[in-house]
Amino acid sequence: MDFLNPVLDGFGVVLEPANLLYCLAGVVIGMLIGVLPGLGPAATIAILLPITYGVEPVAAIIMLAGIFYGAQYGGTITSVLLRLPGEASSVVTVFDGYALARQGKAGTALGIAAIGSFIGGTISIIGLSLLAPIVAEVALDFGPPEYAALALLGVLLVATVGRGGKLKSVIAAGIGLLLATVGRDTFTGASRFTFDSLNLADGIDFVPIAMGLFGLGEILYNLEERHTRVQVPAKVANVWPSRSELRQARGAIGRGSVIGFVLGVLPGGGATLSSLVAYAVEKRRAKQPERFGHGAIEGVAAPETANNAAATSSFIPLLTLGIPANATMALMFGALLIQGIPPGPQLVSEHPDLFWGVINSMYVGNVLLLIMSIPLVGVFVKILRIRPAILAPITVLITLLGVYTVNNQVFDIFLVIVFGVVGYLMKKFGFEPGPLVLAFVLGSVLEIAVRQSLLIFEGDVTGFVTRPISGTVLGLLVVVLVLPLVKIVLKRQRRSL
Amino acid sequence: MDASYEEERPVEEERPPPAGAWSQLTAALVAALLGVAGLIGSWRLGLGRLTEPGPGLWPFVISVVITLLSVVLAIIGRQALDSERFNRASLLVVVAVVTLVLLAVAMPLIGFEIPSLLLTFVWLRFLGKESWRSSIVISVVTVVAFHLLFVTALQIPLPRLV
Repeated sequence: MDFLNPVLDGFGVVLEPANLLYCLAGVVIGMLIGVLPGLGPAATIAILLPITYGVEPVAAIIMLAGIFYGAQYGGTITSVLLRLPGEASSVVTVFDGYALARQGKAGTALGIAAIGSFIGGTISIIGLSLLAPIVAEVALDFGPPEYAALALLGVLLVATVGRGGKLKSVIAAGIGLLLATVGRDTFTGASRFTFDSLNLADGIDFVPIAMGLFGLGEILYNLEERHTRVQVPAKVANVWPSRSELRQARGAIGRGSVIGFVLGVLPGGGATLSSLVAYAVEKRRAKQPERFGHGAIEGVAAPETANNAAATSSFIPLLTLGIPANATMALMFGALLIQGIPPGPQLVSEHPDLFWGVINSMYVGNVLLLIMSIPLVGVFVKILRIRPAILAPITVLITLLGVYTVNNQVFDIFLVIVFGVVGYLMKKFGFEPGPLVLAFVLGSVLEIAVRQSLLIFEGDVTGFVTRPISGTVLGLLVVVLVLPLVKIVLKRQRRSL
Repeated sequence: MDASYEEERPVEEERPPPAGAWSQLTAALVAALLGVAGLIGSWRLGLGRLTEPGPGLWPFVISVVITLLSVVLAIIGRQALDSERFNRASLLVVVAVVTLVLLAVAMPLIGFEIPSLLLTFVWLRFLGKESWRSSIVISVVTVVAFHLLFVTALQIPLPRLV
């Protein structure tokens, strides 16, 4: 059982009391910000990025894992209590979760979501521990052309599978790629699009972009009094579900775990897709499908289990290929890079301690989430009752002062404001900021891979297609791009008939 | 679909009315202008050749894609319903952005306390329509808490008065 040694060593690191404390702090702070209406996991992680800076890499990752899980669960709390999903992957939770809340069973819904998330996350982490090293092994043979194809596939899948208009999302992704070219060119040393500004000489930092587009942009967007009619239930009791409720949810949790793990590995809307599929599967299997939408416990258990399992397994492409599968993973990618840990196939062989540290910290984050969420639900319900008008300026101050602390530069505050306004306008005009941030993160990886490939191929572009792996990936890409077009054409024809 | 089910849909759907063709056209135009600016900028940087790519080649390719897709958007996207009309509440956003810029300008000069206090107060009283009393109390408490957290506890070198 030699391969288990690094796994166990990793646990040793994570279970040090100081690290446990960081994880705990991450879970609690992640939940605190995550329950703010309108702020999904991506926004929460973006706003909290600066607080992981001051600490050493392992502790920072552990804290991030805590924030990640806490923010996810924060979104579940608002879905159930306010029918405000933090992100697309908990939209279906609203149907039965809010119905349960109206029947006075908000606690049960939150409890079953926490238990389901825990089990789904756990199964997914086990799958990840087994699968990731194998994928990384295969990926070690990848050259620049394969990376170029994979990164391009990642960018385009997020743009076309996610929510928002596909055309607009691809344009947003293009702008993200363009922003990534600002600064010194790695190959020639030429300054690109810096407008002779010293602040831009090394390119635009990832943190102000993410904090501006996701964090401040969301806050400004929410200022327009969008959520005035929401009311928080007065009391949430009985968080621990009864035995019969657990029995009822058992199958849903089991199936949700598997669906989530498998679909989560796919780039794009893995978590969203898997929550929808898990919900649909339960509804189809149910003896009385009409219960769904009126407070079926499986209707909360299945999507919440699946989206957490998927959120965990979407770490596989990030940790083994260095390709983030969605906007939240793009933030984790940026956070790991800043800590000096480039995610990729070398990670597991060259830094096994960090690799297993990341995975085990997810496990611990997951356990802490289960332990913390049940007693703390009452506290979070109280927070929800604080008016958004009071929380908004506090969140803004955290964001602005937080980004300043990263480099001690006022320029970064201005960048956050600029990208905050851009994020707000993008949302107003129907553009999703997710593809932009993801493309920005992958931009330099993609450019370097493409240019190295051109050097290898001596300028012959057909080389991308003739290499087996990059050719296959590019073929897949064409299918992804062409399918929706074919659908549109077919629809038009049918309409004209 | 019965009524109670309808009620339990996510509230995110409560959006202002779509903004119409002109707004879609504006969005497409802004994106296209960005693409054209990218084209000119990267052309000036030098494209090089495929065997020896210059610093401008990659941004040039992306700018071509942005420009072309924006033109397509302008042609086929005008009927889309995914944009939102600006309304009176949008003015709140303008006020909010002004307070943010003032904070960024004033902070290096007079420290973070007074700008933060003003920002919190304006957001509470005028953007959030809290009462005068709670606006004053909450903004003072917030700034004191931030001072304790950032300066006293974490010892972060924020520009400050005290």
